[in-house]
Amino acid sequence: MSLAETVLNGDRLALARLLTRVENNTLDGRAALNALFPYTGKAHLVGITGAPGTGKSSLVNQLALQFRKSGKRVAIVAVDPSSPFTGGAVLGDRVRMKDLSGDNGVFIRSMASRGSIGGLAQATASIAQVFDAAGYDIIMIETVGAGQSEVDIAKLAHTTLVVEAPGLGDDIQAIKAGILEIADIIVVNKADRPGVESTEKALKSMLDLAHPTQKIFAHHGALTLFHPSLPSPLPRGEGRKGEGESETNLWLPPIQRTIATDGKGIEDLARQIAKHGEYLRLSGDWAVRERARLEAELEAALQSALMNQLRERISEDQFDKVMDQVLARSLSPSKAVKRLMNGRLK
Amino acid sequence: MLDKKIRVLVAKPGLDGHDRGAKVVARALRDSGMEVIYTGLRQTPEMIAEAALQEDVDVVGLSILSGAHMALAPRIMDLLKANGQTNVKVFIGGIVPDEDIPRLMEMGIAGVYGPGASTEDIVKDIKNALK
Repeated sequence: MSLAETVLNGDRLALARLLTRVENNTLDGRAALNALFPYTGKAHLVGITGAPGTGKSSLVNQLALQFRKSGKRVAIVAVDPSSPFTGGAVLGDRVRMKDLSGDNGVFIRSMASRGSIGGLAQATASIAQVFDAAGYDIIMIETVGAGQSEVDIAKLAHTTLVVEAPGLGDDIQAIKAGILEIADIIVVNKADRPGVESTEKALKSMLDLAHPTQKIFAHHGALTLFHPSLPSPLPRGEGRKGEGESETNLWLPPIQRTIATDGKGIEDLARQIAKHGEYLRLSGDWAVRERARLEAELEAALQSALMNQLRERISEDQFDKVMDQVLARSLSPSKAVKRLMNGRLK
Repeated sequence: MLDKKIRVLVAKPGLDGHDRGAKVVARALRDSGMEVIYTGLRQTPEMIAEAALQEDVDVVGLSILSGAHMALAPRIMDLLKANGQTNVKVFIGGIVPDEDIPRLMEMGIAGVYGPGASTEDIVKDIKNALK
């Protein structure tokens, strides 16, 4: 039996080993990915991002427990940073996920970012694909502690949670402008801490700036005119239910308070996630996101394949000669590219 | 870039709540380029074996200061074996009386380190054990 078949049969050791090969981008790992690809596309990919220490791992722990109550199989991919100097890493997300051990319906995998800077590792998307094919219903992907630019998760996940916590100070607003754009749901964790109201208020006002059109349309109740084909009303975030928004056909990111250490607000958060999944499917956004994601994947694969092809056609020696001319400033990089592509290497 | 990273699970089975040693070792292994999955305090043998499986590690490092190593180590070895992870190397760090060391090695433990052991030696021994 091939590795892919063993994984499809539910063998957990085979799954763990395949994840390693996919992460290392080995030949047999790639072959298994090809074999598994037809079985993908069913799972709900949920991204969890936010600054270090906001409680992402604890939240993932609680959410997984919640999803297990409804019988869903849950995979967790937890990414932590690699050292830029040694390539080593300490992956500590499991420390907060002890409650999940002993449950065969949960599979946790830690990943080092291995030099990627977007908040995920290069192989994270492929790892998620393996879990998808292996029949996990919900795949939670926890990014490295994120600042402003670690937004790759939004391209990978169907639903992105941005986790905040009170007391991060005034700079909270500056940071939020970037990362708020990718949030489908905003979580204010550690909601038992002082300052939760002002954090929530700051987030709300930033959100209003980020989604001005929706707000105006929604408040005038005119949105259905823009989407006459859509069934209405669609599910929408509960947290921002306001007068005049009942016919809204756009998703307004709700703000959900949680206390991950004792499970408060988790049930509501899990419901928001399910609702967002439902919204994506009804509105057609699910298909749009799938297409964008697979297109990006295809482009990346094509790029590296073309690069390899070109490398095969051009000898190291020829490449070095062109490179020398670039170094000597007698050939510009873009002219050098033209020459390499045309094969006129003299 | 394509060389396989060594993945190590650092775990603390049993009830003692002192994990400074485990953290020092985790940090040293990180600095030698390994990927260390740190699982924290008070792990049962079952939890450790499950994590070792999910993470597909090459090495399990156990920190045991409670004196329960003769009960915990064989249990963990058995569970790893039952899961099919016979090639995983298991190391122990902590307070282990000298007379217990031969018996642990007989069980298949790859190395035992007491107070004052150098992290360089641990790194070297792990790399050798995986050759």
